[in-house]
Amino acid sequence: MLKNDGIIAPEELAPVLPPPARLEKGPVAIIECLQDIPCDPCVSACPTRAIKMKEGITDKPQLDFDACTGCGLCIPKCPGLAIFVINMKHAAGKATVSMSYELLPVPEKDQEVTALDRAGKAVGKVRVVRVINPPAYDRTAVVTIEVPADQVNNIRAIRV
Amino acid sequence: MTSLRIEKHPVLSFPERKIVKFYFEGKEYQGYEGEPIAAALHAAGIKTLRYSPQKNRARGFFCAIGRCSSCIMEVDGQINTMTCITPLAEGMQVKMQKGHGYIKP
Amino acid sequence: MSRSTEVFIIGGGPAGLSAAHVAARLGAQTLLVDDSARVGGQLIKQTHRFFGSSNRDAGIRGITIADKLQQDIKDVADRLTVLENTAAVGFYHNKEAGILSQNAYERVTYQSAIVCTGATENSLAFENNDLPGIYGAGGVQTLMNVHGIRPGQKILMIGSGNIGLIVSYQLIQAGVEVVGLVEGMPTIGGYLVHASKIRRLGVPIYTSHTILKALGSDGVEGAVLCRVDDKFRPVPNTEFEIKCDCICLAVGLTPLIDLFQQAHCRMVHVGELGGLVPLHDSSMRTTNPDIFVAGDASGIEEATTAILAGRIAGARAYESVHGKSAEADTIVAEAREELRTLRSGSTGERIRWGRERVLKEVGEC
Ligand SMILES: Cc1cc2nc3c(=O)[nH]c(=O)nc-3n(C[C@H](O)[C@H](O)[C@H](O)COP(=O)(O)OP(=O)(O)OC[C@H]3O[C@@H](n4cnc5c(N)ncnc54)[C@H](O)[C@@H]3O)c2cc1C
Ligand code: SF4
Ligand code: SF4
Ligand code: FES
Repeated sequence: MLKNDGIIAPEELAPVLPPPARLEKGPVAIIECLQDIPCDPCVSACPTRAIKMKEGITDKPQLDFDACTGCGLCIPKCPGLAIFVINMKHAAGKATVSMSYELLPVPEKDQEVTALDRAGKAVGKVRVVRVINPPAYDRTAVVTIEVPADQVNNIRAIRV
Repeated sequence: MTSLRIEKHPVLSFPERKIVKFYFEGKEYQGYEGEPIAAALHAAGIKTLRYSPQKNRARGFFCAIGRCSSCIMEVDGQINTMTCITPLAEGMQVKMQKGHGYIKP
Repeated sequence: MSRSTEVFIIGGGPAGLSAAHVAARLGAQTLLVDDSARVGGQLIKQTHRFFGSSNRDAGIRGITIADKLQQDIKDVADRLTVLENTAAVGFYHNKEAGILSQNAYERVTYQSAIVCTGATENSLAFENNDLPGIYGAGGVQTLMNVHGIRPGQKILMIGSGNIGLIVSYQLIQAGVEVVGLVEGMPTIGGYLVHASKIRRLGVPIYTSHTILKALGSDGVEGAVLCRVDDKFRPVPNTEFEIKCDCICLAVGLTPLIDLFQQAHCRMVHVGELGGLVPLHDSSMRTTNPDIFVAGDASGIEEATTAILAGRIAGARAYESVHGKSAEADTIVAEAREELRTLRSGSTGERIRWGRERVLKEVGEC
């Protein structure tokens, strides 16, 4: 359970997962922010206004999956590092996961890194397919890794 | 200088500073000019700064902002100096304070 | 030596800097003192992006917010004097206070004072808790993020509030291994996004656990942990050892209030706000009409709320010197509205109760 050990359980994650039909259309965000906290930078980060908070700043973010283009601009803006973009249409049997990365060394494209699950357990080697780290991201890099499709909601961090 | 110094950091950068010599219990060490004495000692691997007056227990720094007095030492003869907020300077003589320390007559 | 000023602000964290900016902008001659080498308060140690409202700088790093606040006060430099390395050491009669800088003592006469001294860290009782290598979370942050020195190679974190969670993440960024995070309650205290962030980097989170003792004689070599039951009593035969060379205590903050007591402000104990706080009304005025309060000194909260309360106190302190002002009213009304939304929702519940209790005591609620 998330509130006991910091690990989101599958049943806790289910409500924020995009529906299968949306996954068919390409990259989409998953916002793993499941608690009412006074925080809202994700809302203004999204160019298509796909993220909303109905009850104001202390509400949980609600993602309109159809309005989300999977652009990933919200990823580095989130203080909780809680936003991931997944792409199930990457290649046969392969998906990608994009995430914030604020440690050293920053990996390079095509580098092999260790994929970690929500408990920090190593689940295998994966390849980095993209690293975006422009000045506007202010030292939060967004790293995209290629993962086995069935691991797409299990892998949530990397060790370089 | 030592492995406790952060050489590279994903967010922060630490400016180049001048290296100075200082003495702890008579032995020579190096630190950066202007950094707190306790920080320079910590980076040199020295964590025990004094022994407590009643039970003679080892003490290090705690708050690092001049509030708790855990870090008091004798600096250039001056006892009860809060080393977590006193800047390091060339040639300083830093000594552990045993108990309440002595004021030289 | 003596100085005189219209508005006198003690503490240059987000609360004090915001109060100074507003008071000076409105037109008050303002003096701000801070006892550290650089104003910014807690912000200068925060490398993480702040949660909070994006209207008030959330989503950017604490260190960047500190730079912004310092830039803002440059606009009012003609009316605002800032003294760093200068501590306020006492309040006297007749609107006089004493300040101490590099061994020089001065008296300050003021018309209105705003005390924004922030908070001090709590300690925790356990065997050997005085060993070198046991540090407060603020001390660890100062050493690491201000002076660029790691506290050790392997650290054990005690406390799962936001500070414990965030400082753990900062330790990982600095290259320190966090061997575990210990929490007596059955659930994590801080925001769960911050907990997940360190958990997926491999930090074990031990809820319903406590530290029994630190191991070592001249320095920390490890710790003994054990489970606790729902009354926080250690559960027999659950002890285990964990190796580390330092221990970080992030077990809460208490408002720094000695100056209010000297100024004969009435105090009230409110657990939700971190302990004894000066009674104050919604203008942030204490029971001593010349003294206002803002930020963590009025109750442990957050930077965003400290900035807003600082704006209210700055505007009202200006008015108590120069008389009613429509502009001040607008600033206060806007800040109050922002505070109301920030404190709404379930995570704001405790703070809301605490704040309401204070206002009830002064008959405003
Ligand atoms: C690890 C950590 C993470 C945090 N993360 C967030 C976050 O993400 N978002 C958020 O909104 N908040 C966050 N906070 C909380 C936020 O930093 C504080 O609530 C805020 O700084 C309080 O502001 P303040 O101005 O009241 O006090 P402070 O920032 O503590 O400033 C008080 C100042 O007063 C000075 N002072 C004290 N006594 C005297 C005296 N006698 N004379 C002169 N000067 C004096 C001190 O040196 C200090 O500079 C975090 C805090 C910590 C510790
Ligand atoms: S990925 Fe792009 S479109 Fe989707 S929520 Fe984030 S910013 Fe908006
Ligand atoms: S920015 Fe991140 S932590 Fe903040 S509300 Fe949005 S998703 Fe949650
Ligand atoms: S460590 Fe607390 S005063 Fe120096």
